[in-house]
Amino acid sequence: MSNHLLSLLIWLPVVGAIPVLLAGAGRPGLARWISLLVAVATFAASLALLPAYDAASGTLQLNESMSWIPSLGINYSLAVDGISVALIILTTFVQILVIVGAWEVIQNKPHQYMAAMLILEGMMIGVFCATDALLFYVFFEAMLIPMFILIGIWGGPRRVYATLKFFIYTFFGSIFMLIGLIYLYHKTGGSFAMSDMANVHLTLTEQSWLFFAFLLGFAIKVPMVPVHTWLPDAHVEAPTGGSVVLAAVMLKIGGYGFLRFSLPITPDASHEFAWLVIVLSLIAVCYIGYIALVQQDMKKLVAYSSIAHMGFVTLGIFIGFLLVRETNDPDAARLGMQGAMVQMISHGFISGAMFSCIGVLYDRLHSRQIKDYGGVINVMPIFAPFYVLFAMANSGLPGTSGFVGEFMVILAAFSANPWIALFAAFTLIIGAAYTLWMVKRVLWGDITNKHVAELKDVNGREIFMLGAFAAGVLVFGIWPEPLVHLMDASVARIVEQLAITKV
Amino acid sequence: MSLSLSILLTIALAPLVGSILAGLFGRVIGRAGAHTVTLLGVAIACGLSFHVLYQLVWGGAQNFNQDVYTWFEIGNYHASVGFMVDRLTAMMMVVVTFVSLLVHLYTIGYMADDPGYQRFFSYISLFTFSMLMLVMSNNFMQLFFGWEAVGLVSYLLIGFWYKRPTAIFANLKAFLVNRVGDFGFLLGIAAILFFLKTLDYQTAFDAAPTLVGKTLQITQNHAWDAATVIGILLFIGAMGKSAQVPLHVWLPDSMEGPTPISALIHAATMVTAGIFMVARMSPLFELTDAALSFILVIGSTTALFTGLIGIVQNDIKRVIAYSTLSQLGYMTVALGVSAYSGAVFHLMTHAFFKALLFLGAGSVIIGMHHEQDMRYMGGLRKYMPVTWITMWIGSLALAGTPFFSGFYSKDAIIEAVGESHRWGANYAYFCVLAGVFVTSLYSFRLLYMTFHGKERFTVEHQAHGHGHDDHHHDDHGHHTPGVLEHAPHESPWVVTVPLVLLAIPSILIGFFTVGPMLFGDWFGKAIHVNEENNVLGELAHEFHGALNMGIHGFTAAPFWLAFAGFAVATYVYLFNPSIADKAKRALKPVYELLNHKYWIDELYFAVFAKGGVKLGEGLAKVGDAAIIDGAIVNGSAGLVQRIASGTRRLQSGFLFHYAFAMILGLILLLGGYWLIGQ
Repeated sequence: MSNHLLSLLIWLPVVGAIPVLLAGAGRPGLARWISLLVAVATFAASLALLPAYDAASGTLQLNESMSWIPSLGINYSLAVDGISVALIILTTFVQILVIVGAWEVIQNKPHQYMAAMLILEGMMIGVFCATDALLFYVFFEAMLIPMFILIGIWGGPRRVYATLKFFIYTFFGSIFMLIGLIYLYHKTGGSFAMSDMANVHLTLTEQSWLFFAFLLGFAIKVPMVPVHTWLPDAHVEAPTGGSVVLAAVMLKIGGYGFLRFSLPITPDASHEFAWLVIVLSLIAVCYIGYIALVQQDMKKLVAYSSIAHMGFVTLGIFIGFLLVRETNDPDAARLGMQGAMVQMISHGFISGAMFSCIGVLYDRLHSRQIKDYGGVINVMPIFAPFYVLFAMANSGLPGTSGFVGEFMVILAAFSANPWIALFAAFTLIIGAAYTLWMVKRVLWGDITNKHVAELKDVNGREIFMLGAFAAGVLVFGIWPEPLVHLMDASVARIVEQLAITKV
Repeated sequence: MSLSLSILLTIALAPLVGSILAGLFGRVIGRAGAHTVTLLGVAIACGLSFHVLYQLVWGGAQNFNQDVYTWFEIGNYHASVGFMVDRLTAMMMVVVTFVSLLVHLYTIGYMADDPGYQRFFSYISLFTFSMLMLVMSNNFMQLFFGWEAVGLVSYLLIGFWYKRPTAIFANLKAFLVNRVGDFGFLLGIAAILFFLKTLDYQTAFDAAPTLVGKTLQITQNHAWDAATVIGILLFIGAMGKSAQVPLHVWLPDSMEGPTPISALIHAATMVTAGIFMVARMSPLFELTDAALSFILVIGSTTALFTGLIGIVQNDIKRVIAYSTLSQLGYMTVALGVSAYSGAVFHLMTHAFFKALLFLGAGSVIIGMHHEQDMRYMGGLRKYMPVTWITMWIGSLALAGTPFFSGFYSKDAIIEAVGESHRWGANYAYFCVLAGVFVTSLYSFRLLYMTFHGKERFTVEHQAHGHGHDDHHHDDHGHHTPGVLEHAPHESPWVVTVPLVLLAIPSILIGFFTVGPMLFGDWFGKAIHVNEENNVLGELAHEFHGALNMGIHGFTAAPFWLAFAGFAVATYVYLFNPSIADKAKRALKPVYELLNHKYWIDELYFAVFAKGGVKLGEGLAKVGDAAIIDGAIVNGSAGLVQRIASGTRRLQSGFLFHYAFAMILGLILLLGGYWLIGQ
């Protein structure tokens, strides 16, 4: 079985969705339990990656390959490195909490909701495993469909606008990526294998075209400024679970794409345009920080905060070029890239937790407007510490995972250029300002209205969900080394490649 | 003989365990359970800290420096959690745990009726843990952890009474102002990593001399001295935590928190973290005269100008808060003239007498049934003699009366400044001397307004004599000023015992430690001073014992300045109170300036808080809404819509249609490509 572990991880949730659907609307309880079982089984299977994967070498491992469309040279080929393993486990972990989180909350067609979630999970795992570019693309696009359905059916009042915006944005980006892949398919002489694409010699002009094609595809996914405006709308309209998966996992696919495509295939163009990505990342930290500050809707606020935090991911990846090729400090480049990776995992926990918290409040009051709350701590004394913990993690407090990645990226950025570090470190102030101002208005203070007075504290199911997120936030905040070690050799390999020029 | 890791771990973790038990299981273990476990945890930490200090000073133990676990390891970069314990650390550990222990005890009385009793104990034990992690750290990562963790607990405690709008304003303000400092601090750590390639203290200190001559390229034509950049960035962190001008604005507002934490966090320990940090980093700061001059000017400005505000405050806690700012300024000045051990020495004496003053103020507040305004006090000495006497002791120490602990530390700082030739030392000398008069003036004003003169309150119902404490808590402020339901009363023993226990070191600790700590080599290698900067070394030649120094103190300028402050306060506030009002009217502009704290809060609020929100609103409106979404996204969508209005019908709004169309499109695209390939 271990030869097909990756396939199992991809298809177990997809196949598991079938009995969930069959359980039908008539037996929602059964559908919930089956989906939970499937999610737990997938999580357990993903944990099997840890002993199976050799973290010391950092290579792509657990290979599976089958010919899929031989006439086009498309293969169903899978493999993972440390970064993929970390992201897959994050995905399966969050999935359990999303299912638990939706338990009684989704009353409208719960079986379909759960099934869509499971299919989405399989597609996302597929993205992290694919080593064939077209297979990657198929998963990359296919994962939009369940998300699209989740927002479109279980979403809020403006869900049609949000889904369309989400769809057009992401599709627009990925179509350029597809063109780029087809061009590369020509250059490799008929192979979609990502390793072949990385070995192709390309002129700087070719690389530049490809770089921007990839940039469009992945920047929208991350999302980077200025192609970020779909995210707040999508989040606001999405059901809680949709927001959690979107923020916790789907955004990471953008960062992951840069690692798998832009860096190895277009290293020289990436270096050439690293300044652009760095500037956009810093704009994300500072400009988006100010925009988050004035949001009235909690979900929008956290959505903007996600954009700002993802800025550290792109920043950490692309300062690598300055550090390797200009200041000749590959260890600092590793530090920055590790920071970016840790930030991805950490943001998975924190954003997932923040959206879950907002979901808990929304389920009770049916409002996400900050002004409708105030003094929640008086009536929800068990919920409040969770909310404060996640807010502090979102503000990058040491001891929580939110600190680790940002710390590493800022340290590395200083070695690249102190000004980059200066702007990046601004998150310390603005991040705390927008997060804690929200906490002040929602949680602290006297009870502001009778709806707040009637709020019930979290139940056991919600405590389990928030507690699991809290464990993730704290464990990797206090001891990030296991996570760092899992990814380190793979990161080191990527950094080594940064130095190799193709022209 | 060496220190054992398990003892150090126990010191750090015992308060954490107490905090977790009281915090998570507070309802199960109850009030008594909560204060028992936390008190026990801190008592263990305190006892073992004394043991560690003893071992280092008399037991011949070697300094301890060892990693506990690896936090991350990436290439040559390495971060870990570990302890460095030398005499400097051990002294801090003793001060922190001792004051914390007394504050725990005091809290039993002070918070007796508060519904958040267990939560409060959990927080103050968590604070103790965080502060210990900060002072015991052997690396910059853990230092930053402790640094921000104490900030977190401070945030939670200032906002402890979360129903009060002023409290939750103050805690947000405190956190954000501290974050401004931390912004600089983090960049300083990044600069250290960049230049010295390590986050470990000892490695960094060993490599520090290599900084000489290195520069940081700021623009193409500008480069700044590496050590100066590091020094100033690190010190910006200290400015936030130790509330130096212009980042001092959060500390007076932090008085919204319950009084025990004002004593523990906002006087004795957390706010001195910045002072400790600079002393700990002395091998780095010694490389940069420019950064030290910067520190000197900031510190002396803080020492004088915040002290002046203290003169016009009427809230008993606020007077002490401004006094704390001013005294932190003195410590900073000492750092600025390379008298690091002088700063740390003043930190220690100040911790005792300032904690005493705050806890005394808290005792007054309990006695007055939660009245904090000194205008409604007066004549309290006959109601609460223990508080009265101990507060006098604390104030005499603060004012620098010879033979009291504060005399030794403050006098040494003033003389060190006089001895220094560093740029800014003349200005600093003026500030610290003038500050002595100011300190004495507000200290005795507080004593007279509170304990002496006529009673300026009335008791509506006479005390029933059954001695029970029917006091409401600080969160109940609904009463007529100056009208009490019961007569003031002395506080219970859990409150007065800590006062007495703090009064003892407030008198004695300076006398017994000034010789070795200031003029001996007590700190050893923990504090590094270059020979040419060693002002304390110069003073040591004239030092002939603590007794001699005390006697000599009566003839020196600071004593007479303090005496002048005492005389003015006595005349104005004890014998002729109408003068204060006359002076207030005559010097109205000055009074207004001080009463409004130089309008700095208003300025910051308008520029940073309101300005920030305005900026955000502007950016959201122009950037995201108008340009990106309005012009580009929806604009191009609209364009497409107009051009191909016929295809609009395809936009059915049914999601499955879109999904299906997408898959179909993909198939067509791939299929078409395949056909072309054929």
